[in-house]
Amino acid sequence: MSDQVLPADAAPAAPRSGRRRGGDWLLVLRQNGSLLFAIALFALLYLGYHLAHPRGFTTQVLVQNANEAFTLAMVAMAQTIPVLLGGLDLSVGAVMTMVNCIASHLVIGSPGQIALGILACLASGALAGFVNGCVVVYGRIPPIIATLATAAIAIGVALLLRPTPGGKLDEDLNWAMTNSVADFAETFGLADGGKAPWLAPVAWLPVPVVLLVLVVVLVWLPFRRTVTGRTIYAIGSSESAAYMSGLPLNRAKIAAFTLAGFFAGVGGLFLAIQTSSGNADLPQAGAYTLNSIASVVIGGTSLVGGSGGPVGSIFGTLVLRVISFGFRVFDIPPLLQPLFEGLVLLAAVSLGAARALRVRNTLDLFR
Amino acid sequence: MTALRLALRADDRPILIAGASIVLILLAGTAYTMATQGTATLLSPNYLLQQLQVGAFLGIVSAGMMVVILLGHIDLSVSWTLTAAAMMATAVGGPWAIPVGVGVGLAAGLANGLGVGYLRVPSMIFTLGMDAVLRGLMVAHTGGFAPQTAATDLMRALGAERTAGVPNALFVWAAVSVLIVLVLKRTVLGRAIYAIGNREQAAYLSGMPTRRVILAAFMISGACAGLAGVLLAGYSTKAYQGMGVPYVLPAIAAVVIGGANILGGSGRYAGTVVGVVLIVLLNSVLSIMQMPEAGRQIIYGAVIIAMLLAYRGGKLAHT
Repeated sequence: MSDQVLPADAAPAAPRSGRRRGGDWLLVLRQNGSLLFAIALFALLYLGYHLAHPRGFTTQVLVQNANEAFTLAMVAMAQTIPVLLGGLDLSVGAVMTMVNCIASHLVIGSPGQIALGILACLASGALAGFVNGCVVVYGRIPPIIATLATAAIAIGVALLLRPTPGGKLDEDLNWAMTNSVADFAETFGLADGGKAPWLAPVAWLPVPVVLLVLVVVLVWLPFRRTVTGRTIYAIGSSESAAYMSGLPLNRAKIAAFTLAGFFAGVGGLFLAIQTSSGNADLPQAGAYTLNSIASVVIGGTSLVGGSGGPVGSIFGTLVLRVISFGFRVFDIPPLLQPLFEGLVLLAAVSLGAARALRVRNTLDLFR
Repeated sequence: MTALRLALRADDRPILIAGASIVLILLAGTAYTMATQGTATLLSPNYLLQQLQVGAFLGIVSAGMMVVILLGHIDLSVSWTLTAAAMMATAVGGPWAIPVGVGVGLAAGLANGLGVGYLRVPSMIFTLGMDAVLRGLMVAHTGGFAPQTAATDLMRALGAERTAGVPNALFVWAAVSVLIVLVLKRTVLGRAIYAIGNREQAAYLSGMPTRRVILAAFMISGACAGLAGVLLAGYSTKAYQGMGVPYVLPAIAAVVIGGANILGGSGRYAGTVVGVVLIVLLNSVLSIMQMPEAGRQIIYGAVIIAMLLAYRGGKLAHT
């Protein structure tokens, strides 16, 4: 569990032999087994989907799928970070919904206003997460029940802002964010209207995919390398050991929930841009929270904390989403779809159970 | 002396605080009705009994939920277990309606217990999966519409009617409560549930059949949800889609407000009853005040946090 606490840069910088490096590769492979499994499962399913789809392997289908997966991917990333601590955040769906409603008021008008609106949305997501962190750390209330309560408050704020679904967002932004990179460049007149040769290799990519990569590369990876980021993994592995090592426990916990709020906020902002409206939908918020937990588990993050990561959860989300995309191309009767979804979810989470049947010392199970 | 007693019995503190909050809610609601309508509706026995009747459904779900929470687990499948039990009971009808409803709950609990106890899948995620499967089964069974079948006379009598002015649902809740208290206090199973909630390794090393205990606890929770579904179908004369969904989170909240540790191992059943009454009265007072949904949600969340902070106030810092 604790093997992920130290990132590669903490290892001695002395030159290593080729054989040693080969050993490292095996170790990395073993440590990331569940992540690789999620990626492989997704690749397999998605290939099958494209082969069966009448318009498979086109940017059009890719863009549609990316738009449908992005919000849940962000919410799943948000869920991952408290889970790494060994906690759970039942408020991610509610915070996403709250930011969705805030965005439906603010992200419109002149470019300056839009930029400020976006900043305000991201800040309010992070603020909601910060409040969660403070309640957990200073109130000493277990995360699961603290976030259950703050989720109700976030939904209340969302309902206050949008008693009925509605609102309006900038149309250019809506078009640019939910299409391919070429369309994005064309909308904002960048790179010769999207026709510049240097843009060509990535022009077909959907903007949400680029956005997802940017969030991972610019926010998550740098954060993980900080002491605070590593402390999150350490707490999940063994809180008492982390405490004894003098790691900043409170700071890491608050940072974890704040980052979760921020990610959920990005998801809510995108949902608002995508639907061009805000909707304080209570069942939808619940569904996002529950699906985020499922994504985290399928993505290989341990629910007891300490191992895994948001990248796995992204692939967990993609696996979940591809399964529902599959219903459309494989003609599954609509009435059987929820049952099928449930069975797949149950089967996916039971996969890890093989360990329980193999284990030699029953005591090992209780950790 | 009171302070000393409070310090000694940590379990009682939440119950006292929650009880005081109930009185406070009733007083605030009465002050409001006196000011606006000039009557003290809230304090009339009829109104209180009516609220308790509504509370009985939540109370029965919470009773089962508490057993699972004492283990350190959680049962998120109660929403569709309740719905499935209600739908199956009305579909079967006749004298077998109620046994079938409770049986559906037992079966769902059995599956949960096997998954959590034997396969060691975290309960949070396994019961979530069970919930999705049950929902899928019910959508396939009903076609996504409210089923046309009606509750039997016995279900209606238990869920909606009164004996000597007291709703029958209250008697059922009381019977379930007595059973749960007996199991928790007087049986080996009850002791084992608390022991596993405190430290599963220790319970296992003491020779307790931990897997079977987990299985039994989830079956109790399932049966309670099934029974609540049967009663709720009787109360509203039929089953409908998603009828159990509004019961999951309030049930967890009621158990926690009652002072049970969400991580398992400690908590008294009386606390859960007080928690249920508090939530039901809070909802009812807020609807009398015509509080919009937004305000209700915010107050609901704030109350949970405030109660838990108040409980913490008396304990020394730990963990």
